[in-house]
Amino acid sequence: MLSPVNVSLESLNLITLAPMLIPVIGALLILVIDIIKGGLDKSLYVVLSILFLALDFGALLESAGAFSKNGIMLGVFDVMLIDGLAIISQFIIVVTSMLFIPLALTHKRFHEFSYPEFFALFLFMIAGFQFMVASDNLILIFVGLETASLALYTLIAMHNRDKSFEAAIKYFTMGALAAGFYSFGSMVFYALTGSIEINQIAAVLQANNYADIGFVLVAVVMMLASFGFKLSIVPFHTWTPDVYEGSSAAMAGYMSIVPKIAAFVVAMRLFEFLIHANIVWLEVVLYVFVVVTMTAANIWALVQSDVKRMLAYSSISHAGFVMAAILIGTTQSNSALFLYWILFSFTNLGSFSMLWISRQKELPGYQKTDHSFEKFSGMIQTSPMAAIVMGLFMLSLAGLPPFALFWGKIYMISSAVTSGYTLLALIMALNSAIAGYYYIKLIVYMFMKDPITSNVDNNGQLYVANATTALKTIIGFAIIGTVFAFVALDSLLEFVTAFVYNSGY
Amino acid sequence: MLDHILSILIFFPAFAGVMGFMINKESMRAYGTAVATIEFALSLWLWFSFDNNVSGMQFMEHMALVPSFGINYILGVDGISLFIIILAAFFTMIGIASLTDTKNVKNMIITLLFLQMTMIGVFVALDAIVFYVFWELSLVPMLYIIGAWGGPLRIYASVKFFLYTFTGSLVMLVGMLFMAYFFYQATGVWSFAILDWYRLILPESFQLWLFAAFFVGFAIKVPMFPFHTWLPYAHGQAPTIGSVILAAILLKMGTYAFIRFSLPLFPDASVFFMYPIAILAIIMIIYTAMVAYAQKDIKQVVAYSSVSHMGVIILGTFALNVEGITGSIFLMIAHGVVSGALFLLVGVIYDRRHTKLMSEFGGLAHVMPRYATIFGLMLMASVGMPLTINFVGEFLSLLGFYQQSHILTLLAGIAIVVGAIYMLTAFKKIFFGELTNEANKNLPDVSKRELLALIPLSIITVWLGIYPKPVLDPINNSVEAVVQLMHNKATSHEAKMRIPNVSGVVISKTTAKEAH
Repeated sequence: MLSPVNVSLESLNLITLAPMLIPVIGALLILVIDIIKGGLDKSLYVVLSILFLALDFGALLESAGAFSKNGIMLGVFDVMLIDGLAIISQFIIVVTSMLFIPLALTHKRFHEFSYPEFFALFLFMIAGFQFMVASDNLILIFVGLETASLALYTLIAMHNRDKSFEAAIKYFTMGALAAGFYSFGSMVFYALTGSIEINQIAAVLQANNYADIGFVLVAVVMMLASFGFKLSIVPFHTWTPDVYEGSSAAMAGYMSIVPKIAAFVVAMRLFEFLIHANIVWLEVVLYVFVVVTMTAANIWALVQSDVKRMLAYSSISHAGFVMAAILIGTTQSNSALFLYWILFSFTNLGSFSMLWISRQKELPGYQKTDHSFEKFSGMIQTSPMAAIVMGLFMLSLAGLPPFALFWGKIYMISSAVTSGYTLLALIMALNSAIAGYYYIKLIVYMFMKDPITSNVDNNGQLYVANATTALKTIIGFAIIGTVFAFVALDSLLEFVTAFVYNSGY
Repeated sequence: MLDHILSILIFFPAFAGVMGFMINKESMRAYGTAVATIEFALSLWLWFSFDNNVSGMQFMEHMALVPSFGINYILGVDGISLFIIILAAFFTMIGIASLTDTKNVKNMIITLLFLQMTMIGVFVALDAIVFYVFWELSLVPMLYIIGAWGGPLRIYASVKFFLYTFTGSLVMLVGMLFMAYFFYQATGVWSFAILDWYRLILPESFQLWLFAAFFVGFAIKVPMFPFHTWLPYAHGQAPTIGSVILAAILLKMGTYAFIRFSLPLFPDASVFFMYPIAILAIIMIIYTAMVAYAQKDIKQVVAYSSVSHMGVIILGTFALNVEGITGSIFLMIAHGVVSGALFLLVGVIYDRRHTKLMSEFGGLAHVMPRYATIFGLMLMASVGMPLTINFVGEFLSLLGFYQQSHILTLLAGIAIVVGAIYMLTAFKKIFFGELTNEANKNLPDVSKRELLALIPLSIITVWLGIYPKPVLDPINNSVEAVVQLMHNKATSHEAKMRIPNVSGVVISKTTAKEAH
C-alpha cells in the first residue's frame, strides 16, 4: 500500500523552473499557431522566439536578484539547483540564442527556416540546455542534455544538403556514444555512493576517503570521454569540423558556443571536487587533454583551406584553452572561464555571421567549398567595410588587444600564473602565437591579395549576398561587443566573480 | 587642454584616421599631411610646456579601466619618452608629406595615422597592460603596410614580422602577469601600473626569470642577435614609408622598453645579465656589419647597418649608469633620424630606377649632386662622425660602458670604426666612378617634395650634433632618477657597486660647492 505523498507546494519552489518553462511554452505556442494557420512567414516565428527569450531573460534577472540576496536556491525535490554558475551560464545561453535567431532572416531563402518546427525545436533545445546547467542531479542533467542534443541534430539535418545529413548523422552517432559513456559513468557513481546528486557523491566519497579509487577512476574516465565528445576535446573532436562544415555557418557558430558552455558548467560541477580531492591521475589527464587540445587543434587549423573548417578547429582550440580553467580550479579560473566564454560568444558568433552573410547558393569554379580562403581574396578592394569587420573578428580571436578575447585570455593566463601553473601559462601564451598564424592567414587573403576578377565585376556583392538589416544588426552587436569589451569589462568581471564565488567554486 | 594632451596626442590621429574614410581620394594626401602636422605641432607644444627640471612623470592622466584587476589607463611623459614621441610625430609627418605615388593612397594614409596612435601610445603608457595594448596593436598597421604595398616576397615578410614579434610579446605578457601577481602578493592589491611596480623589490631569483620573460619580448622587437632574422625581410620588402617608420620608431619600442621596464624593475638581474647582453650586443654590431658588407642591395645595407647600430644602443643601455643610458636614449633619437633619412634616400633612388641593386648604379654623383651630398652627410652621421648627431649618442654610450668593462668597449669601438667600411664601400659603388649604366644618365636630382623631408632631417643631424644640450638635459634628468631608483632597489652587493649612486654624487658636488 503506497502512502500518500505530502508535499507542500511552497517547498517545491516552482519559481526555479520558470526560466526553463518559458521557452517550452513558447515552443508549444509556435506549434499551436502552425496547427491553426499554416504557411506563415518565418519572420513571425523569429520575433516570437525573441520575445520568449526576452521573457526568459527577465526571469533570469529575477533569479539573479534572488540569488544575490538569498544565495543558492533549491527547488522541485531539490533537483533544481539555482546557483551562480547556473545563472551566468543561462545568461550566456539565452543572450547568444537571442543573437542567433535573427540570423534566420536571410536575404536568400533557406529550406530550414520555412518550417515552424525549426523554431519550436530551437526553443526546446534552449530549455534542455537550461535544465542541464541548473541541476546537480545526474539524471536531470542527462535528460536536459539529450533533449537539447536531439533537437540540435534535427536542426542540423534541416539544412537539407548532402553534407548536412552526413553531419547530423555523424553528430548523432558520436552523441549517442557520449550519452552511453555518460550513463555508464553515472551508474558507477551511483553504485559507489548510492546517490545521483553531485554534491552527495562528493560528500560520500569524501567521507570514505576515496576508498574505492579504482571505481572512481572508471567513472571519471567515462565522464571524461562523454564530456570530451560534447566539448570536442582532442581526441574526441573528430566530428567537429565535419559537423560545422555540414551545418549552416550561423548554426556552426551557435554550436561552438552554447552547447559547450552548458557542458563546461556540468564538467565544472563534476570535476572540480575531484580535482580538489587531489586525484593526481585526473590532474595529469586533464593537463594532457588541455595541452593537446590547444596545440593539436591549432596545428590542424594551420593547414585548412576552408575558413569554416579553420574556425571549427579554432573553436576546438579555444575549448581546450578554457578547459584549463577546470584543471586549475580556483575562483579566479572559474570566473575566467565565464568571462572568456561571454567575450568569445560575441566574437565567434560575429565571425560565423560574417561567413553566413556571404553564403552563396552556387559555387563558382575557383571555389571548392562554401567559404574557401580564395573566396576572400582582395576583399578590402571590393567591399572594404565587410573586410575590416571580418579582420576585427580575426584579430579578436587571435587575442590581440584591446579586442574582446584578449581580456579573457589575460585573465585566464593570470589565473594559471596565480595558482602556480607556470608552464601551462607559457603553453597557453605560445598557443595564441600559433593561432595567430591562421587568423592572420585570412587577413592576408582579405587585405593583401588581389581580388578574383568575377568578384570585382559584381562589386563585392558576393560578400553581402545574404545580408539583410537584421543580420547586419546582429553583426553590429557583435562588433560592439568585440571592440568595446573593455568598457564593460570591470562590471562584468565583478558580476561573474561574485556569482562564481558565492556558488562555492 | 594641457591636462589631457597625452590622450589627445594618442587619439587625435586615430580619430582623424576614422574621419579620413570620408575624404575624397584626391585630397587624401593633403588631409594626411595636415593631420600629421597638427599632431607634430601638438608634440612640439608638449615639449614647450615640458618642465626640464622635473625628473619624474609629467602630464599624468589616470582613469580606471578594470580596477578590480588593477588595469588602469595611466599616461605620463618624462625626459626618456618625450623626444621619441616628438620623433614619432615628426616622422609620420614627413613620411606622409613625402609619400610618392602609391596605389590605394587613402588606405595607406589611414593606416599610417592608426600606426601613429599606437606608436605614441606605447611611449606614454604607464600601465603595463595599456602599454601592451598599444605594443601589440602597432603590429597590425605595419603588417598591412608591408603586406599590401611591399615587394614580391611581401606576404612572407609581413607574416614573419607579425608572428615573430607576436610570439615574443606573448612571453612578455606572461611575465607581466607574474609581475602583477607578485605585486598582489606583496600588497594585496592588483596593479599593472609601472610606477607601482617600481616600488616593488623582488628577490634576485624571481628577477632573473622575469627579466628573461621581458627580454624575449623586447629583444625580438629591437631586434637583437639572434632574433634579428625577421628584420632584413621586413625592411627588404616594405615600401619606403614602412621601412622609415619601422627603423625610426618601431624598433625604438624595444630599447625604450628595456629602460622603462627591465632596468628599474629588475636591477639585480640587469647587472647579472649585463655581460651576456653586452656580448650579444657586440656580436650583433660586428656580425651585422659583416653581413651588411656582403649585401648587393643598397636597402639591405642600410637595414643591416641599422641593426648594427641598435647594438650600440643596447650596449649603452646596459652600461647601467647615467652616461650610458642617456647616450643610448640620445642614440635612439639619432638612429631614428639617420636611418630614417637613409631609408628615405634609398626610396628616392628606388622610385627613379625601381631597383635597389648597387651594381646597377655607379657615378651617380655626376647626375645627382644634391642627392649625393645629402646621402654623404647621412652616411657620415651613420658611421658616427664627430659633429653629427650619432656621434654624441655613440660616444656617450661607449663612455658609459667603458666604466663597466674596458675590453668590451674597446671591441665595440673598433667594431663601429670597422663598420664604417661597408657604408663607405656602398657609397663608393653608388656615387663614385664613371657613370656607366645608360639608364642612369638622365636621372633627375632630388625633387622639392623629397627635399621637404630630407632638409629638415639634415638640419637636425647637424644641429643636434653640434649642440645636443636642449635634448640631452631633460633626458639626463630623468635618467638620473632611473639610475638612482635602480641603485636603491638593488639588493646584491655587486649590483649596488655596478649601479652608481647618483644622488650621492650630487650631494658631494653641493658639499664641494659649499666647501668652496
